[in-house]
Amino acid sequence: MPGQSAATLRKQPATPQPAERILSWGRYPKTAHHHVHRPAWSDQLPEILKAAAPGFLLPYGLGRSYGDSCLNAGRELIDCRRLNRILGFDESNGMLRCESGVSLSDILEVFLPKGWFLPVTPGTRFVTVGGAIANDVHGKNHHCAGTFGAHVREIGLHRSKDGLVICNSEENPDMLRATIGGLGLTGVIGWADVQLKRVAGPWIDAESIPFQSLNTFLDLSRESDGRFEYTVAWLDCFAGKNPRGIFFRGNHTANQGEEFHPKHGPKLTFALPAWMLNRYSVKAFNTAYYGIHAVKKGAAVVSYDSFFYPLDSIRQWNLLYGKQGFLQYQCVIPETNVEAFEELLARIARSGMGSFLGVLKQFGSAPPAGMLSFPRPGLTIALDFAMRGERTLQLMQSLDEIVQQSGGALYPAKDARMSPALFEASFPRWRGFVPYIDPKMSSSFWRRVTGTQ
Amino acid sequence: MMTVTEDLTTPRLAATPATAMKKIIIIGATSGIALEVQRQLAHQGCELLLIARSPQRLADLQSDLLVRGAQQVLTYSADLASIQEHAAIFEFARRTFPDFDTVLIAYGSMHNQKDSETSVDVLLEELRVNFVSATAILTLFAADLERRRTGCLAAITSVAGDRGRRSNYVYGSAKGALSLFLQGLRSRLHPAGVRVITIKPGPVQTPMTDHLPNAARFADPEQVARDIVRALERRSPDVLYTPKIWRYVMSAVRHIPETVFKRLSF
Repeated sequence: MPGQSAATLRKQPATPQPAERILSWGRYPKTAHHHVHRPAWSDQLPEILKAAAPGFLLPYGLGRSYGDSCLNAGRELIDCRRLNRILGFDESNGMLRCESGVSLSDILEVFLPKGWFLPVTPGTRFVTVGGAIANDVHGKNHHCAGTFGAHVREIGLHRSKDGLVICNSEENPDMLRATIGGLGLTGVIGWADVQLKRVAGPWIDAESIPFQSLNTFLDLSRESDGRFEYTVAWLDCFAGKNPRGIFFRGNHTANQGEEFHPKHGPKLTFALPAWMLNRYSVKAFNTAYYGIHAVKKGAAVVSYDSFFYPLDSIRQWNLLYGKQGFLQYQCVIPETNVEAFEELLARIARSGMGSFLGVLKQFGSAPPAGMLSFPRPGLTIALDFAMRGERTLQLMQSLDEIVQQSGGALYPAKDARMSPALFEASFPRWRGFVPYIDPKMSSSFWRRVTGTQ
Repeated sequence: MMTVTEDLTTPRLAATPATAMKKIIIIGATSGIALEVQRQLAHQGCELLLIARSPQRLADLQSDLLVRGAQQVLTYSADLASIQEHAAIFEFARRTFPDFDTVLIAYGSMHNQKDSETSVDVLLEELRVNFVSATAILTLFAADLERRRTGCLAAITSVAGDRGRRSNYVYGSAKGALSLFLQGLRSRLHPAGVRVITIKPGPVQTPMTDHLPNAARFADPEQVARDIVRALERRSPDVLYTPKIWRYVMSAVRHIPETVFKRLSF
């Protein structure tokens, strides 16, 4: 069937929408939405914003937030994925203007062959530019490039009362800082100007180094930060407070690596039975993973895809965790408090509930780009926990205590359960953000952590 | 539990194959399927003339497709439902895009069937947009290609035109009539070496179908566009069903005896 009407003729039938089921990446919590708007053009946004009831809307992208920050249970979402036009590109300086539904994957496809790369990229390429701004995402180059939001020069923000608001460092700078990391609550980003980065090609000069204690990790990290644009570590969370892991570091390179052919990646098509992931299978996996990397340690030129997005090669890997889904726990703990970090690792190891996706990174000291940006100086760790009901939630609560006492913070984009108190501790200045919220916007996350309706 | 499929995570760094078509006119350029077709054509470095109503949307599309690799993107804003504007569209195409080789008709409308059962105005509008106006503009371009003895005319109709069903026979009859028109046109233009392709998509996830039940299970427009672009490039088929399974499904549906079919509620 062809697309929409050519003319003014099309009328939307007034049939009531059935409850639509949209899940976040963790597939927990299970929510239903009253309605999902799917605008194909940004000129449709003002009408959607105008028609909605207060607190009923939230922009939605590719749904890679793990918890409920991209959900609006019982209310409405604006699915922005059809707003995916590239509106302009300046070849001379790499400034890209695109609509908010353009994915990072799309940007790489179009611009990497021309020699441009993302200024900052998270561990998946399947996020939208709007989502990357709203969560002020970070990547392996946080220590030298800061967050994604630091590379956004200007945005066109659709607000329910003010219409299209241009935000940059001169015009509405506060609204720009509120929208970066603003969890979609300040309005719908129509378009954004993102500063791309010149690179020599799609290759990364990468090194992997096994380590066997937190101190070795810290030494490696400090030593690498000046010389390597990208650093990150994988961590075996079953190993306790003296964890083993693999430290990865790399730089863009003009050297060509092994011929890189488009792979035929696998795809999970349904949720695995929950019993398949247990402490024995995960321990075995972690031992094997560590073993393989410890043996083939050293330097190699690898494709950017395998360096930045190893998990993207298994599409819908979130189904690994079974029907109940999973929770991710990403916190940051100040570096002055390494003991707290060790205690955190010890509790996870004791619980036997951790999984194979433990990621460790030392954040840099760049000032936050947004009012609610998560990254701050310290050590950040991200771990997956299969949802096994109350005992999973209890473990995470006991981790919360450590984070809160140490002066750390939890990452909203990964969260489905933090208490209002921990949110307050993580973002003590959140009340200063409230005036920038568009009255039509709200989210499940926001209602939960602020106790509002 | 795992299926190996084409990898979408890897960028297409390799050069794309050369194609016979180079200059393509898309009529109804802002429709859901056209958007995907245009992207794939841009990626191959084609030249495009886009025709749709909204100048702002056309401008957005133009910049998008140029960055994505199109060699040239011209736009012309017109209301396609208004047949008196067709001559100007054709004139613009002949003047600014003279040696075009392919024309794709991609617009259409789908009202709620119930409205056209109670309102003759809605009924006539549905027939006029999907059938009458499409044949009008096809006729202008057919004459030009026939005279030049080259090129390809393609139009998106629908599997809904293969059999009249209770739930959408108005849209279906307009699309079915268009398919018949294309069939005759194909035969007429065959001696001149002009191809005519009838494109019959099953339900596709586009703004036009968002309001239908089970919209989430409809075909991915990107896949449908891939089929369409391939059909435009090759010498076959004359009638494209996309996704392919609809060729077999509709073959079965056409063979259900009418005494049974009239009792089916879909």
